[in-house]
Amino acid sequence: MNLSKKWLGDYVELNCTDKEYADALTLSGSKVEGFEKEGAELSNILTGKIESLERHPDSDHMWICMVNVGASENIQIVTGAQNLQVGDVVPVAMDNSVVHGGQKIKKGKLRGVESCGMLCSLGELGLTLHDFPYAIEDGIFVLGDDCDKTLGIDIREAIGLNDTVTEFEITSNRPDCLSIIGLARESAATFKKPLIIKEPVVKEGEGDVNELLSVEILNGERCYRYCGAVVKNVRVKASPRWMRERLRACGVRPINNIVDITNYVMLEYGQPMHAFDLRFLEENKVIVRTAKPGEKITTLDGIERELTEEMLVIADANKPVAVAGVMGGEYSGIMDDTNTIVFESACFNGATTRLTAKALGMRTEASGRYEKELDPSNCMPALKRALELVQLLDAGDVVNGIIDCDCSKKFDHVLPFKPQWTNDFIGIDVSAEEQKEILERLDIKVEGEKLIIPSFRADLEDVADIAEEVARFYGFHNIPNRQLSGIANAALTKEQKLEKLVSTVMLACGFDEIATFSFISPKHYDKIRLPENSEKRNSVVITNPLGEDTSVMRTTVIPSMLEVLSRNYNNRNAAASLFEISNEYIWKGPETLPDENVKVTLGMYGDGCDFFTLKGAVEELLYKTGVEDYEFEALTDDPTFHPGRTATLSVGGEVIGIIGEIHPVVLSNYEIETKAYIAQVDFASLLKFGSDERVYKQLPKFPASTRDLAFVCDEDIPVKKIEKAISGAVGKILEEVALFDVYVGSQIPQGMKSVAFNIRMRAADRTLTDEEADAAMKRSIKALEAMGISLRS
Amino acid sequence: MKQQLESIRQKAKEELQSVSALAEIDAIRIKYLGKKGELTAILKQMGKLSAEERPIIGQLANEVRADIENEISKETQIIKEKVLEQKLKDEKIDVTLPAKRNAMGHKHPLSIVLDEVKDIFFGMGFNVASGPEVEWDYYNFEALNIPKNHPARDTQDTFYITENMLLRTQTSPCQIRVMEKQQPPIRVIAPGRVYRSDAVDATHSPIFHQIEGLVVDKGITMADLKGCLESFAKALYGEDTKIRLRPHHFPFTEPSCEIDVSCFNCGGEGCPMCKGEGWIEILGGGMVHPKVLRGCGVDPDEYSGFAFGIGLERLVMFRFNIDDMRHLYENDVRFLSQF
Repeated sequence: MNLSKKWLGDYVELNCTDKEYADALTLSGSKVEGFEKEGAELSNILTGKIESLERHPDSDHMWICMVNVGASENIQIVTGAQNLQVGDVVPVAMDNSVVHGGQKIKKGKLRGVESCGMLCSLGELGLTLHDFPYAIEDGIFVLGDDCDKTLGIDIREAIGLNDTVTEFEITSNRPDCLSIIGLARESAATFKKPLIIKEPVVKEGEGDVNELLSVEILNGERCYRYCGAVVKNVRVKASPRWMRERLRACGVRPINNIVDITNYVMLEYGQPMHAFDLRFLEENKVIVRTAKPGEKITTLDGIERELTEEMLVIADANKPVAVAGVMGGEYSGIMDDTNTIVFESACFNGATTRLTAKALGMRTEASGRYEKELDPSNCMPALKRALELVQLLDAGDVVNGIIDCDCSKKFDHVLPFKPQWTNDFIGIDVSAEEQKEILERLDIKVEGEKLIIPSFRADLEDVADIAEEVARFYGFHNIPNRQLSGIANAALTKEQKLEKLVSTVMLACGFDEIATFSFISPKHYDKIRLPENSEKRNSVVITNPLGEDTSVMRTTVIPSMLEVLSRNYNNRNAAASLFEISNEYIWKGPETLPDENVKVTLGMYGDGCDFFTLKGAVEELLYKTGVEDYEFEALTDDPTFHPGRTATLSVGGEVIGIIGEIHPVVLSNYEIETKAYIAQVDFASLLKFGSDERVYKQLPKFPASTRDLAFVCDEDIPVKKIEKAISGAVGKILEEVALFDVYVGSQIPQGMKSVAFNIRMRAADRTLTDEEADAAMKRSIKALEAMGISLRS
Repeated sequence: MKQQLESIRQKAKEELQSVSALAEIDAIRIKYLGKKGELTAILKQMGKLSAEERPIIGQLANEVRADIENEISKETQIIKEKVLEQKLKDEKIDVTLPAKRNAMGHKHPLSIVLDEVKDIFFGMGFNVASGPEVEWDYYNFEALNIPKNHPARDTQDTFYITENMLLRTQTSPCQIRVMEKQQPPIRVIAPGRVYRSDAVDATHSPIFHQIEGLVVDKGITMADLKGCLESFAKALYGEDTKIRLRPHHFPFTEPSCEIDVSCFNCGGEGCPMCKGEGWIEILGGGMVHPKVLRGCGVDPDEYSGFAFGIGLERLVMFRFNIDDMRHLYENDVRFLSQF
């Protein structure tokens, strides 16, 4: 909402700078986005009178003018404009002046003749024909009789381009502040000044409105009130300068007196107005009803729109002539030959207006106001104000009487006046008397222990709302700061501790943390080669997504990781090791919220990283989170991963994660031209199988015995299996089996591999004898031989 | 004999003066003091001396031996030092050569600031709660005093899954979920992802993060809200930070306010970061609306509370002077590794 300072001045007298005004209103709750003085960019442009006009000797279109700018000597200016006559008063940009757009004007010569400045058009003052309809577009602006023609004064003063415009951000609960009067009330309360409200006065006219118009509301739930008046012999012309000026300051383009009056009243009272041409109202009837099935209307903007039964329309005896509260029909506008008009000042239900505007895709100034629920009791004063302005502007002859169809409930909101409660709630100490004063300045009547709420403040529903009114005019900044007291027992939950730990471990392993969008394109499911019948294709689907690429909630974080790896790869980053702790969303049907499963996802590519680098990071994570007895088992049929380089991670037979090299086809789907690896561990499983318990083991007192053994076995036998057999055979004295070599080559038969282990044994209570160690080795060899694995000779 | 001894002393010392390696010293020792050395040879002749001379010469011989040994040990030390010195010299490296880093990973900037915020509130006794991102309409709107058809819930802003299920547009539903589960006193923050239908640009993202705060207890006032958030602002931006409350409107708090902090760049003088205003808006809050309390089974006549919501991205962008929000979700390692 843009506020004209001049207009505000009609309602409250203030003595403060624009900055003080803006700051004070912001702190009392009407947030000022900024303020601007009109014409601030112009400088040194004065009024001047053309004293003489002479043809330029060397030009067939230029004129040499002698201009009187109120100084002792006239100045000479050369102009190319053709619309000047001696005696005209015009804007004169003097030597060293600035016109609209920041252009500087200096003394100079035009075809050899000295020119001491420039005569200005409307455009050069930042104005248009809407501001001064009598001017011409491509010529010098010749000041009319509505301007101050004193010579040598600042042009901004002369033509009224001197208002200050303050821009407010008004919250949705205060539609009353989308008006000059509403903001004046807030301003008056802020500065403790009286609010000057004048009742509009309509002079006696001719005839009777009831002979020309009838109004009927068929749906009182949706149209609370409809007031109508008629003006005959409409004289359409430009409105006076003061009105044009104020509309311009508030950001509304002046059109003609009738349209301007509707806009002026909307801005001043916050009440949308509409003017119909009575000619097009069949049977002179206004019927407010819901649209009939299949009914259509062509709105003012020339578009034919299909209406539905939920929409409210203003209709005549046969057809809709306007979409209620949104936009008029094509014939409802004011035309050159319009003779008689109907002024509508009505109040429609907010939800209906909002849904209608949304369904038709046209949010208008009026609908934006109605959807916030307006005050039905504002209809009548606003309409009277419009009629008063018609008479003031001599825009037509007002017909006696106003038709008032009122279906609104009487507003009789009363709240208890509880000053002590307010003090206790806010944490202040403001006397009852002072609170009463604050509330009365807002037109809330204080009657003993009752507060009578004015109808335009339907937002005041509770004592807490009253407390806010007191607090904001007492000043939020004056409320003391108090430290929270009482008992607090903050502690991290197990999940929160684990999340912290996981993050710490991954960072320590050199992985960078990423943050990715939770929604993806369903196309990613193809890109990661999910089978057509995969359950993971059953996403939580957004019904109104921004676009296809953000239209489903991911059922797997893997595509997000691949996208980030791809982006880094294609941004020519040599390597990346990344992790994210984030959600997957599993659809559970419309009656249950989806499961949001937290996953730890790791991804990497680049020199020196392979399956085992990533496996190392995963094992570090398992170790630090205290997950024991986990197993990696080859997984050959996950289509996203390389069939020979992928494993499941499981604990006690329960799969808790996956790790592997990404399938080359998937890599190429993501335009990654190098190997990439991804691992994923389920967070809840870490919580389930992990443990933060650590029990200290005594440091060994006796030396260890170590032996190295190498075996030859079938290439396909997993090393883990041999390790397990050895540890089983060695038994209690085993401390560690460590693989130190795997060899495949000419020294051993084709299809076989040699694996060599370092086996460390120790007893807690004695030094092991060589015999004991050797016996353990014999057991191991025997156990492996039973599996068809022989000692390498 | 006396002369012979003096001459040995003289010679040995001279020879020692000119040695340059430990082996040479050893040779000298053997030459003079060894079993077949010159000094030993002389001592073997001691028997020939008279009884008067013997102790005198004996003493002298011992002196000479001690003298030479002393000299040898001194020279040995010097040579050792020289050798070490040379060794160290030879081991010189160019310390400006690149390091072999065992670099840690980098925490995402969103996490860095979020962890800091959590720590601050943790210190003030706030627990951390969470709630689902895919949420019921009831929790996201209705229970927060935003009934159906309220302008604040326009589909332009909200992503819907079904008529009643949506992506939460704010972390405020966590207020309701906490109050449903727990009786006052309550002191929690609830950070998390929220979703709004805003196209991606430098300052907008359809996914962003909020940190909700809720305090409910007997006798909680707006003064507590102010004190608490000022402590937060000071902890985050330094002791000199001030806060400013501006009245605002949120359907689920009453009174409601937006809260500015004095610009941490210029200290309130006005600069490009705060657009010349001296203040930067970082959060919104207010006293929990009595309707909201009542809806959660908390008696507003007995308890009161305050709530607030902080936009994490905003804090992060100001903290690190990040000019484009998209960086936060693109995850280029050149960006990530700056933090």
